[in-house]
Amino acid sequence: MTVIDRREAVRRLLTEREGLVVVAGLGASAYDVAACGDTPLDFPLWGAMGGAAMVGLGLAIAQPSRAVLVVTGDGEMLMGLGSLATIAVERPANLRIVVLDNERFGETGNQATHTAFGTDLAGVAMACGIADVRTITAIDDVDRLRMDVHGAVGLLFAVIKVAADPEPRALPPRDGPYLAHRVRAELLGAAGALDD
Amino acid sequence: MTVTGGHRAHWADDIHALFRAHTITLVSMVPDAGHQRLIELCQADPGIRTVTLTTEEEGVALAAGAWLGGTRSALLIQSSGVGNCVNMLSLPRICHLPLFVLVTVRGEWGEFNPWQVPMGQSTPAVLEASGVTVFRADTPDEVGPTIEGASQLAWQSRRRVAVLLSQRLIGAKRFEEAAR
Repeated sequence: MTVIDRREAVRRLLTEREGLVVVAGLGASAYDVAACGDTPLDFPLWGAMGGAAMVGLGLAIAQPSRAVLVVTGDGEMLMGLGSLATIAVERPANLRIVVLDNERFGETGNQATHTAFGTDLAGVAMACGIADVRTITAIDDVDRLRMDVHGAVGLLFAVIKVAADPEPRALPPRDGPYLAHRVRAELLGAAGALDD
Repeated sequence: MTVTGGHRAHWADDIHALFRAHTITLVSMVPDAGHQRLIELCQADPGIRTVTLTTEEEGVALAAGAWLGGTRSALLIQSSGVGNCVNMLSLPRICHLPLFVLVTVRGEWGEFNPWQVPMGQSTPAVLEASGVTVFRADTPDEVGPTIEGASQLAWQSRRRVAVLLSQRLIGAKRFEEAAR
């Protein structure tokens, strides 16, 4: 079995993404999304660890006609495990959460996370009550996942097991008001973004 | 405070009416007994979606995402939950997003449970250190105007705002009575 390259996996996920909103967890996940070409519908986090899935839930509730994808890492997801229970209860049909699981805290020296010792994030999501949960270990299965991320399958949680090798950094913008304003302008229009 | 039929309405009704008037359509919470009536009013309102959280910081991130998508929300928590929010408060702060939090305060007036006191006493300082503007209501008559001004500040000036609903307002929990 070939270990999945995270950047290739995200590239395939975001192919022809059209109106997809993407919230990226801090660190390597945000770089993977930025490496696909930064867009106004990207909201990369540079902090707020543990909050990516809930930012995605808020966007999904506010924009029910749009697909919202959260791309995050295992360390970031581990810090917000409770949010999987909250999201399972809310069951937003337009939210998709994809965890790139390299079993490492990549930003801090590649220390092992809990998933390196057997913690199964897909199992956690399933136990929380999310019905559509997947674990992906082959790159070609990402293409099927991409179809469902863009489709109308309902709430979806996927873990993609990826290699621990660090990728070159591709830095998204880090000015908070800029990131917030551009996603609002894209979703609400130029005038709507300035409304209260 | 509204007066209907000679009876003073509960201050929670004033908050609920303000949510309607200010188009707050999403309310997330970690329940507190002091918020019970407001929670029930929101849950019974088809125009408001309520989300129960496992920890308060989830609500800070939820509010940020909702605002990015054009939805105003409120977060209902107890003072002990303020401590759980500290790092997540950096998200609305650094992105200049509004945040509207209603905090019922424990550990001050007539508190029976000493374990509530440390976080209750440090709640205003923790919020202010995290860039949140703090208002406080001690009497039923203060609730409506305080909530209204705080809400306006949050949305119109895009500020992080918390209203402390004091323990004197919500009433000290009566453990001895419950134990009898």
